[in-house]
Amino acid sequence: MAVMTYLEAIRETLRQELRRDDRMIIYGEDVGVRGGVFRVTEGLQAEFGEDRVIDSPLAEAAIVGTAIGAAINGLRPVPEIEFADFIFPAINQIVQEAARIRYRSNGDFGVPLVIRAPFGGGVHGALYHSQSVEALFAHVPGLKVVIPGTPYDAKGLLASAIQDEDPVLYFEHKAAYRSLKGEVPDERYLIPIGKADVKRQGKDLSIITYGLMVSYAQRAAETLEKEGISVEIVDLRSVRPLDVEAILETAKKTGKVLIVHEDNLTGGIGGEVSALIAEHALFYLDAPIMRLAGPDVPAMPYSPPLEHAFMVTPDKIAEAARKLAKF
Amino acid sequence: MAGSDALYGLGLDASKIETMYYYMVLSRALDERMWILNRQGKSAFVISCQGQEGAQVGVAAALDPTVDWVAPYYRDLGVVLYFGMTPRDVMLGQLAKAADPSSGGRQMPAHYGSRAHHILTGSSPVATQVPQAAGIAWAAKLRRQEGVVMTSLGEGSTNQGEFHEGMNFAAVHRLPLIIVVENNGFAISVPQSKEMAITDVAVRAEGYGMPGVVVRGSDLLAVFEATREARKRALEGKGPTLIEIKTHRFTPHSSDDDDRSYRTPEELKAEKKDDAIHLFRQWMIEQQLWDEQRDRRLRQRVKHEVNDATDFAEAALYPDPSTLLAHVYDD
Amino acid sequence: MTPEFQKDIYYHMALARAVDDRMWILNRQGRAPVVYSSNGHEAAQVGSAFALNRGEDWIVPYYRDLALVLAYGMTPREVMLHLLGKAEDPNSGGRQMPAHWGLHRRHIMTTGSVVATQDIHAAGLALASKVLKDGRVSVAYFGEGSTSQGEFHEALNFASVHKLPVIFFCENNGYAISVPARKQMAVMDVAARAAGYGMPGVIVDGNDPLKVYEVTKLARERALAGDGPTLIEAKTYRFVPHSSDDDDRVYRSREEVAEWKKRDPLVTFEKYLLDNQILSSEELAAMQQKIKDAVNDATDYAEKAALPDPSTLGLYVYHQ
Repeated sequence: MAVMTYLEAIRETLRQELRRDDRMIIYGEDVGVRGGVFRVTEGLQAEFGEDRVIDSPLAEAAIVGTAIGAAINGLRPVPEIEFADFIFPAINQIVQEAARIRYRSNGDFGVPLVIRAPFGGGVHGALYHSQSVEALFAHVPGLKVVIPGTPYDAKGLLASAIQDEDPVLYFEHKAAYRSLKGEVPDERYLIPIGKADVKRQGKDLSIITYGLMVSYAQRAAETLEKEGISVEIVDLRSVRPLDVEAILETAKKTGKVLIVHEDNLTGGIGGEVSALIAEHALFYLDAPIMRLAGPDVPAMPYSPPLEHAFMVTPDKIAEAARKLAKF
Repeated sequence: MAGSDALYGLGLDASKIETMYYYMVLSRALDERMWILNRQGKSAFVISCQGQEGAQVGVAAALDPTVDWVAPYYRDLGVVLYFGMTPRDVMLGQLAKAADPSSGGRQMPAHYGSRAHHILTGSSPVATQVPQAAGIAWAAKLRRQEGVVMTSLGEGSTNQGEFHEGMNFAAVHRLPLIIVVENNGFAISVPQSKEMAITDVAVRAEGYGMPGVVVRGSDLLAVFEATREARKRALEGKGPTLIEIKTHRFTPHSSDDDDRSYRTPEELKAEKKDDAIHLFRQWMIEQQLWDEQRDRRLRQRVKHEVNDATDFAEAALYPDPSTLLAHVYDD
Repeated sequence: MTPEFQKDIYYHMALARAVDDRMWILNRQGRAPVVYSSNGHEAAQVGSAFALNRGEDWIVPYYRDLALVLAYGMTPREVMLHLLGKAEDPNSGGRQMPAHWGLHRRHIMTTGSVVATQDIHAAGLALASKVLKDGRVSVAYFGEGSTSQGEFHEALNFASVHKLPVIFFCENNGYAISVPARKQMAVMDVAARAAGYGMPGVIVDGNDPLKVYEVTKLARERALAGDGPTLIEAKTYRFVPHSSDDDDRVYRSREEVAEWKKRDPLVTFEKYLLDNQILSSEELAAMQQKIKDAVNDATDYAEKAALPDPSTLGLYVYHQ
């Protein structure tokens, strides 16, 4: 067991999986010599060679499309999209191809593929290096979307994603890369996709969230504890499929639900979680469901005051939770 | 470097030559100041034009900012300055202030755009500007407007599907478009040999049925001449031209990059000898169009402008958080 | 090239034409909602297929490739099951529109409707072959219209940089539905684009199966030798509208079609085989009977086959 950053947990898992399965390859823009723009793949090309850790041309549709073909012909491709914001030229390959190939071939073909992409803001990344794109993909049957919130989960979820027979989008929060640290076992382990995790037990209200917001919610919960408010935190870990059972269980337990995400409010994961609770646990609620999310502007601006105004922060979470607790 | 005969053939007078030199020097000086601000913690991000000034100013100087449009990419400080952005404008963007004319502080630095100056707003995903520039040129053709459109991009971006689609579209419709590839040999860390299996991007032009020319970016007049020819061709209704400019990136990709992991200091040192600013000054002196005294004066003027721009931008206001929601739709 | 080999090429071309003709009849009778034809393209498709290690090399076809998939081992019954959207359709279990091929058993990659996506898949299949050293070549098939798509460009560039064992096979019939090639691109030959990726571009008479065979064989050898991809442009013509929902009289003259009809690959190749006594008229008659029986059998079989059960709608969204 070692203490690692979120980024190191991802890198070590990639290394472990590359060693374990020689069908696995990694490729993307700058992942080779440079080791990725965030250094996630640093040292991997040196260890596994240029045939397995490949610098690709600057062309995202080609990155995902070739990964589909390679997966069908027996490899386990784990391509990287340099920033989640740059995934859009590959939308056709992801949504209309990877997600649909098993279904359209009536089960004859499958696409075991993991697309890794750093996402999220608060790092001066502006409109094209800050986006949360998970809701767009979570809408698509055939895809799985996972977003780890801790180094421990980052490892177990990535190993599961690589082992999965279907396309998985694995989103890594940029601000989490070096700021989150935690204990990570050396040995390989799997965290099932679609299984949430109660990160903190509480009784007054529940915060349902994922990704970087898990640690922000934890910080808010610590503040609120001193004020006598007991907060339960449910980390979804996968936004497709959602862990319906865990969502309903916490809603029934505390009767007050705050859903938090950095992605835009409208059409976000919060809407789906909220609908599930409204459909299946309405009469357990003691207050209307509350959502705290990024505002409905197309993406996160650069200038510090604007970026701060966009970002969901521990303070904003605590403030929203206080309101909910008082209801 | 072209001789004085070519010079007269190009229709350049001494004043235009000085102007071109000035914009190269200004671009470099502003860029250097950005790095200082970055290292001082005052600016979160820098992406440079250094090494590419000859390409950028050579191209821009052959265009007519009053009727032509440009759809530049993030390295094109030299282009946008020539097209009318002031050092103050640039620094306002660099420091993300409310008065930043490109985006009011919303975009990262170097994401230029200004309707007044005929500069198309740009984004970070590369090559998106190529079909958009073709669209501007198409509208200009359909509306019988005077002028041409110039779009520029790095060689790495030419592997994107959108480059291909934009090129093909422009060729089919014979649009008044100039596509400039500033080939500095690297897409961030990936060398050209791993981006494409060809030496010259310009050979791709043939596959679209348009001319492709290669020029050296340190040869300002050659760049100017190639662009002038392409513009003439576009105005005559003969369609687009691809110009590949072999140039250099003297800095890492950005202030967040460290280029030592993928190129040696020796390689970089060799590239730095092929500097358009230096070579052009030498040529001007040889042609007796310039001397050390005038050079000192010009550099003094540039320094003053950069200082002024820095002070102005530092003192300027940040955007008000209440403006976060503005301009999602037509207000 | 043995006489048997040449006869086999002819057989698959003729089989494809006969299956194709039957599909149109079923369409006009209201029994098949839509038809996409290989009518006119048979020489390009079958000639290239025979240059491959059929069933082992990967092909990534597009909707026009009926003759190709038949030459690659899909049976007429399987084609008809697909046309009629039956449960037993091995391409998609009746989920996709007709002519959206895919058969893992024969290494025919599944395909969607958005053109040029398959070019990249072929490069990806070949990437795996390069890493796994499995000795397979992949071939992407596509029309000239789809070469305007960004994915065509990305695929060729990627394949060339990594010297992948892949062939890009363009069936240039001069029309993207109604848009003629001159409005699609400002060059005469798609093959001219190959130079921009650092690979050879080869133009071949797509109505001559033996010439197509030869160039494809060379491209395959080049791919296997590690020398990278080849772009082949087979110049051909489709004798029918784009699909059963199209009317080609609005965009091309009957004279033009008649001119091309003189070069119908089925007619010219049949004549070549007969003239050179590779095929006797008795053998030809027997072959025609065999084809007729196969088409009838396939039609009857598919018409009687069960439609998919509505309860299967939710199946195969994920691995199960």
